[in-house]
Amino acid sequence: MSADIHNLVGAYAVDAVDDAERAAFELHLADCAECRAEVASLRAAAEDLSLLAETAPPASLKQSVMAGIATIRPEPPVTRPTAAEPERAPATISEPAPKGPATDATVVRLSSWRRKPATWLAAAAAAIAIAAGGLVWSPWSGPDQPMSPTQQVVAAEDAQRFEKTVDGARATIVRSPSLGKAVLIADNMPSAPAGKDFQLWLQRPDGSMVSAGLMPHGRSDTVTVMLEGDAATATGAGITLEPAGGSPQPTSSPMALFAFT
Amino acid sequence: MMVSMASASPGPGARGSAAPAGSSPDLGELLRLCARGDESAFSRLYDTVSGRIYGLILRVVRDPAQSEEVAQEALLDIWRTSARFDPAQGSAVSWMLTIAHRKAVDRVRSAQAATDREDVYGSRNQERAFDETSETVERRLEARRVRNAMDTLTETQRGAVELAYFGGYTHTEVASLLDIPLGTAKTRIRDGLIRLRDTLGVQS
Repeated sequence: MSADIHNLVGAYAVDAVDDAERAAFELHLADCAECRAEVASLRAAAEDLSLLAETAPPASLKQSVMAGIATIRPEPPVTRPTAAEPERAPATISEPAPKGPATDATVVRLSSWRRKPATWLAAAAAAIAIAAGGLVWSPWSGPDQPMSPTQQVVAAEDAQRFEKTVDGARATIVRSPSLGKAVLIADNMPSAPAGKDFQLWLQRPDGSMVSAGLMPHGRSDTVTVMLEGDAATATGAGITLEPAGGSPQPTSSPMALFAFT
Repeated sequence: MMVSMASASPGPGARGSAAPAGSSPDLGELLRLCARGDESAFSRLYDTVSGRIYGLILRVVRDPAQSEEVAQEALLDIWRTSARFDPAQGSAVSWMLTIAHRKAVDRVRSAQAATDREDVYGSRNQERAFDETSETVERRLEARRVRNAMDTLTETQRGAVELAYFGGYTHTEVASLLDIPLGTAKTRIRDGLIRLRDTLGVQS
């Protein structure tokens, strides 16, 4: 990953990043143990600063909080997908693979996100939990018919598969560097909530995120979408929930990120 | 290291050191009990960390009424997501303060235009601000240790770290406020935090 994004580690540790930078940096973090360790150590140092701000809260805070927790069920632990789901095909490796051959699929395990109480996660989890697990490959057309552009990507000799599991649902990105294209295949993807769209992103080598289009609406079992933009030079891809019509930059934390490593 | 971090398992962010007082409960254990729905464990947790959480949020948000709201959201999130705390990733207090800080930052950024925040230049006199808050800091020795550590930062590093952490500004905004290049703000925040970490580490 570029030295430029690595240098964001301090700003990230103290939340001094905007949403797009956070998304890009978390993509980097998923792949960089060194940065994860530095974030943790810098956070611990920054949080010592809070000793300088310590202030007794008003008594009403404890009353309202204790009343609040009585009505809230603590969420269950986040179980690792690998513990709950057996490995599937060799095409989908579910452990964060160390830098393997380029054809290996790598799941980005976003454990750092999952520890966050961000509301998007609850919403996304609720939305995706209803989707059945398992990826169903579309029945490709017979050999006599010309392949569609998406089929060409999936069938390309240098096709790489990157799979992401979110609460039992799976999304797979297939990228062909030679074709410069990537395709997202999502199984039983729920519709975006009213007034929202699922937006796709490609990450540039400098860490910025560039829109790769919107997920189509509708409820077909398997959604196959060609990502717009140059997938050959992209270093990753992501999916966010955005206001209808999409955004120039991600405005919410990603539901899924894929590192093209 | 402060009392509240001493009992957590050492993670990447935890610097092991003796707690100055033995009365502090094991926050990691309390979080595990919270995950099972133990409200009395949460009450003890609250008594231990609410001053840190509320004080941090108040420093960032500034408005006491809004700060109380944000603190309530943060504490309810801590309860709701307590099962997600992973001691291998850092201390319990670090995990909770990360949630609180993020909530505070989200609040000030979403309400940037509406919130009557003190002008940033008013916040530059951090000595004055520290003196005010030190009146309410119970762990004076630790606070002094942190303040001394902050004094080892260069003035420019300290300014950038304070604007980022207590001001809730992005590094881009910090660069603009300090009239320095973008990359420079990023570097100052990072270098300042590294200096702070290393100074606190050797002192603990």
